[in-house]
Amino acid sequence: MSIGATHDQALTPAAPTGAIIHPRWVRLTHWVNAGAMVVMIGSGWEIYNASPLFPFVFPRGITLGGWLAGALLWHFAAMWLLAVNGLIYLLLGIATGRFRRKLVPIRPGEVLADAKAAFTGRLAHDDLSVYNAVQKLAYLGVILAGIVIILSGLAIWKPVQLQELTALFGGYDAARYVHFFAMAAIVGFLVVHVVMALLVPKSLRAMITGR
Amino acid sequence: MSRIRKSPPGVDPSLLVKDAARLMPDPTRRLFLRGGASLGALAFLTGCDIIDGASAEHVLMKISYFNDRAQAWLFNPNKLAPTYPDSAVRRPFPFNAYYPEEDAPDVDKEDYKLEVGGMVDNKKSWTLDELYALPQETQITRLICVEGWSAIGKWTGTPLREFLRRVGADTRAKYVWFRCAEGYSTSIDMPTALHPQTQMAFRFDGEILPRKYGFPMKVRMPTRNLSSGRRRNLGDEPRAAVKRDVVPQPCERHDEPILDSDQEIDVGQAPE
Repeated sequence: MSIGATHDQALTPAAPTGAIIHPRWVRLTHWVNAGAMVVMIGSGWEIYNASPLFPFVFPRGITLGGWLAGALLWHFAAMWLLAVNGLIYLLLGIATGRFRRKLVPIRPGEVLADAKAAFTGRLAHDDLSVYNAVQKLAYLGVILAGIVIILSGLAIWKPVQLQELTALFGGYDAARYVHFFAMAAIVGFLVVHVVMALLVPKSLRAMITGR
Repeated sequence: MSRIRKSPPGVDPSLLVKDAARLMPDPTRRLFLRGGASLGALAFLTGCDIIDGASAEHVLMKISYFNDRAQAWLFNPNKLAPTYPDSAVRRPFPFNAYYPEEDAPDVDKEDYKLEVGGMVDNKKSWTLDELYALPQETQITRLICVEGWSAIGKWTGTPLREFLRRVGADTRAKYVWFRCAEGYSTSIDMPTALHPQTQMAFRFDGEILPRKYGFPMKVRMPTRNLSSGRRRNLGDEPRAAVKRDVVPQPCERHDEPILDSDQEIDVGQAPE
């Protein structure tokens, strides 16, 4: 029996107390980030295609911008949205104590147990206001990947004016690889994240209405 | 994010493409026309109809102008691009342009004249021998192409600011404008032009620039800040540039002026 059938009737409250799971600032920053990320990834793939790091290119059908020049325009536009929104999210997450409440601590034993339960289809999602250990790890991980991708992006964009930052990543060429791998991590997260949201629809509702 | 769209009724696709090319940012215009201009490529207007495409492009251009100002703010004229030992030079150095190697312009050394104009005291033109007689410096810096790849190279030439001093350029001017052998033109902002590492290069790796690397001259800009100087060619409408921190000049001829007998340096203000 699927997780969806037993735990996700759309009309059941997502939190046992009916309280707000995701306050408005979480939902706003979440969706702005989603939009910005899609533009950054799509245009980023087109930029990658101009000088691939590996023996493959991304199919034109899924890239944004048409060609290098257009992709750069999109990329250097959406980057502001990504960075400003991301910063707001981080600051509020720390200031409101939300990160402390929801994302830590992470115990390795719990991660293993929850991962096993997830893969055997037995991980429950009754109370969306509490994250399981796999979720905590994933959310912290993608936040970290987001920070790395922005910093490595700056290092590539301004390798002379920000040469100290570029040097931290091992130089210009290395920074390109870091930027790519951070993207891969974010895309990997995105795939799992979207699949899970579809498998547990009340979680998607909670990120729209808050409950 | 779908970029599939039907052709607007009654519109000739090839004319539309030509029209669009005129709206493209300067350095990529020829890229666009050369490298497979197509309705699909117009999809950087994603989200809007081709007919109404001006709005998406308009917003992106506005943000691009904002980025010009942000980059100008970030630019520190005293910051030097990192330099490297001779052993780090990439040999052979990659060729890159928006045309194949065999199409690189062939400039005649005897005929060559560098013309100078604009806000300068001395508008005499320069022969190659006169240019070679200028004080020469060698730099080993990283060329970072707008495409993303980079290569360390060794260029010998005269600092542009030294040349500007000799022609009595008015450094209160906002831009220095170049016109290249294949008709390509570009401008740079004065802070970049005056940066100590901005160089009129005549030699690569000790040898006079071969045709494929830009004979007779290329302009190296290790800290190129694609700021507002990029937007204007004297007499042209402002247009947004492709954003890049062109630390050492990007690929040959994407942005590197190579000047021949028809070409010139102009120092000036942009028309308002």
